[in-house]
Amino acid sequence: MSEITCKCGHVNPEGTELCLSCGRALTTDAEEKKTSDVMRYEGMARRSQTYNGSIIDKVWNFFSSVKVGVWLIVITLSASALGTIFPQVLFISPLEAPEVYYEERYGVAGEIYYILGFHDLYNSWWYLLLIAAIGTSIIIASLDRVIPLYKALKHQRVNRHASFMKRQRIYTEYPLYSSDTFSKIKDGLRNKRYRIREEDGNLLAEKGRFSRWGPYVNHTGLIIFLIGAMLRFVPGMYVDEVMWIREGETMAIPGTDQEYFLKSEGFTVETYDADEDKEVFGATIDRVGAIAKNFQTDAILLKREDGVAGDSSNLVEVEEHPIRVNQPFKFDNFALYQVDFRQGEFRSMSFNLVQKESGDSFGPFEIDLTQPEDEYQLDDDHRVELMGYYPDFSGFENGEPQSPSPVPNNPAFLFKLFSPEHPDGEVAFIAIQQNLEPLGENDYQLSFNGVETRDVSGLTVRKDLTLWILALGGAIFMIGVVQGAYWNHRRVWVKRTEEGGMLVSGHTNKNWFGLRKDLEAAFTNTGLEQPKDQHEQNLNKVSAGGAKEEENRDTTS
Amino acid sequence: MTQLASLSSTLLYVAFVLYLIATAFFAGSIKSKKHTNQTGKNRWATIAITITIIGFVSQLGYFITRWIASGHAPLSNLFEFITFFGMMLIAAFIIIYFIYRAHVLGVFALPIALLIIAYSSMFPRDISPLIPALQSDWLAIHVSTVAAGEAILAISFVAGLIYLLKDVDLAKKGKQTFWLEAVLFSLVIVVGFIAATTTSQITGYESEFSHINTEGNEDVAEYHLPALVIPHQGELVTENRFASPVEMPAIVNASRLNTVIWSIMVGTVLYLLTRLIFRRSISALLQPLVRKVNLNLMDEVGYRSVLIGFPVFTLGGLVFAMIWAQIAWTRFWGWDPKEVWALITWLFYAAFLHLRLSRGWEGNRSAWLAVIGFAIIMFNLVAVNLIIAGLHSYA
Repeated sequence: MSEITCKCGHVNPEGTELCLSCGRALTTDAEEKKTSDVMRYEGMARRSQTYNGSIIDKVWNFFSSVKVGVWLIVITLSASALGTIFPQVLFISPLEAPEVYYEERYGVAGEIYYILGFHDLYNSWWYLLLIAAIGTSIIIASLDRVIPLYKALKHQRVNRHASFMKRQRIYTEYPLYSSDTFSKIKDGLRNKRYRIREEDGNLLAEKGRFSRWGPYVNHTGLIIFLIGAMLRFVPGMYVDEVMWIREGETMAIPGTDQEYFLKSEGFTVETYDADEDKEVFGATIDRVGAIAKNFQTDAILLKREDGVAGDSSNLVEVEEHPIRVNQPFKFDNFALYQVDFRQGEFRSMSFNLVQKESGDSFGPFEIDLTQPEDEYQLDDDHRVELMGYYPDFSGFENGEPQSPSPVPNNPAFLFKLFSPEHPDGEVAFIAIQQNLEPLGENDYQLSFNGVETRDVSGLTVRKDLTLWILALGGAIFMIGVVQGAYWNHRRVWVKRTEEGGMLVSGHTNKNWFGLRKDLEAAFTNTGLEQPKDQHEQNLNKVSAGGAKEEENRDTTS
Repeated sequence: MTQLASLSSTLLYVAFVLYLIATAFFAGSIKSKKHTNQTGKNRWATIAITITIIGFVSQLGYFITRWIASGHAPLSNLFEFITFFGMMLIAAFIIIYFIYRAHVLGVFALPIALLIIAYSSMFPRDISPLIPALQSDWLAIHVSTVAAGEAILAISFVAGLIYLLKDVDLAKKGKQTFWLEAVLFSLVIVVGFIAATTTSQITGYESEFSHINTEGNEDVAEYHLPALVIPHQGELVTENRFASPVEMPAIVNASRLNTVIWSIMVGTVLYLLTRLIFRRSISALLQPLVRKVNLNLMDEVGYRSVLIGFPVFTLGGLVFAMIWAQIAWTRFWGWDPKEVWALITWLFYAAFLHLRLSRGWEGNRSAWLAVIGFAIIMFNLVAVNLIIAGLHSYA
């Protein structure tokens, strides 16, 4: 490692731009750079700017570059925007086949969208890779800067070389140094809550240094957040299940290993009523029609005491709790959410057995459509046997009735009707609006007596043990971003020259307006003009028009 | 309650008129021969900011009375949200004004707020009850913080626009001159939209089309402006109404597209008229207003408002949003288009800050970034709700 010895005699590590002791520029490169660029990291040696030999150096240098970081951000935001052109596959109905859906709806553009994988963009390998690259960039870029910056700010010297003072944006040379003026400036700055350090008649006043750590704090928060997001994929951390529960039904809650059961006491939908609810809602209800007010499942949570999984005989009631939108039911790291419903699902159907000729009726009997019985005894002589049950009847295929699902959307039955006249039974096929007698004309028939319906609640079962990590990351991020954005790091140097003059310079990482105000206050009693903002002056020279007004801008406010 | 609701509307109207008057006074404050300074004390400016504050209080009155009348925070549809956004823009302007005392900000911030409030009132203004998904205290917390954050960020657009109007050399034809005029032209289009919609509201023009929607079912589309484009297999149902033969595919909301076409047409006519009358581009027309502006100060105001607005936006648009999404939608993040665009906005301003802090993008470049940032916010506010269907389409 080749060290750099400054004219003042201080030995600086390789790569240093400004001497750690006196602040002289150590290289011609540093001398020619803009002051704001050199001062950003206090002219300290940064690993990425010093080494470029090995592969590790090259990777480090790549990710430590803010330019690379900004490109990664811009690419990610453009990619994210692409994903909103057409709906993502997770928003389209699961009944639709995506390979057909996009082309059918959006034509060639949709087809290309699908082929490029943009329909599931946020889960694509390259999108995740982009996020990972941003994460890497955040870690490396922060480490590359925070350590040298910390060292530089910790070991600041009060007395800086004149060349350092001169190149600051706020700088003025005063012909006369007096200890009276000096202490007035000092007191003025102290009143503005600057921390003062003094050395041989030189001054360093500093405030808000902690705002310089803001970016590194918020980057730490982001990294914690990203780690939290990754932990979701660790088994046991995350549960996302859907359960459809019918009114009156008790079922095991998926994802709980059959430990918890839920009983639905009933599902309710309420809509706003122009008469009952606030009068002011009337106009909207007239315009758009019924507006939902409440979706609610009244549920009872049950816990299996002991016994084998799936055994629902040993259930103990834990809690009765309504589940509403925005009010999930929480228990033992789980939460149940009201997300969907189906109204009017067939629950049971009842029939009478009727003798066609006489009209004599036997029954009625009721068939539970989720748990039908094999046989229904109507009286001593009459009974009905259920030979086949097709809950979601869709038609015949090769003479066989078909049922694509077990949900009783369109129930159909194959019955055998037993009566004293027909001890061997007559066969009848019954579906909604359909009555077939496949083996010839029967003497008996079944007449429809009624149907009972019930609602089904769609609930989401969620467990997410990563939430607290995400919350922690988010909180740290917010602290860091506020720390960096709402405070400024301001410094003022006063130097006594050997010729008996006084140099004053100032630097802030942002909000120059605020620094100028502080200086204005500190200089009011000194009888001196406050130090000038060289940037402001240069700009005034350029803009010919209203330069005059601008110069006295600060004094008039 | 209905009385309170009508009082509420009146207060909003009063606020609108007051902002209009205040704009005139701010314009006077920078034109005034007696007060050549652009900042600091100035009688015109004092009157202007006083009227602005009274207007703000009036609008706050609108907000509170509407809240009481409806029983929930009036932030539940596009009209309420955009109006509140306009109010927050005024609030952010008042705060920034008292820090920097730059009168010229008022000349541009107030008209933009006026435009936003006028725009909002083109949407249904009825007080509507809350659907279950919105019944939460997080409605007030999340939505108001987002609006506040976006409004503060919008001040950087105002400062950036002023910066560019002075900085860009309009005598030279180039990209910057073109795009600056394009930004102003897009504001004129908003005026066109407001003019077209208001005319149709006053005349009560209405026509209905039966058509086939994306699901292949028969549906009815309502038009409030003469139909230049008609829906998929659209049939005019209303008598004596205009219908063009240009038919749109089912995925296009033809009624909305029709409004967009009308807005662009009216806006373009207005734009051409201005150019014809003044024989100058709008940028050139506005330039005298900013001749005395201190560029450095505008740059600083722009940067400062991003610094103040970014954390507020993050809190409202991402942190509070995620907390509420976890409660209402079972997951804190679900790639809903509005969520994605909030992320895009956040990433954009993160890039803005990195470019400024580490790559020294100041002045002109920073001003352009502020303009682009505002365009993204507006896209998320308007287009995502109206064009891209998602969970956030409440209006």
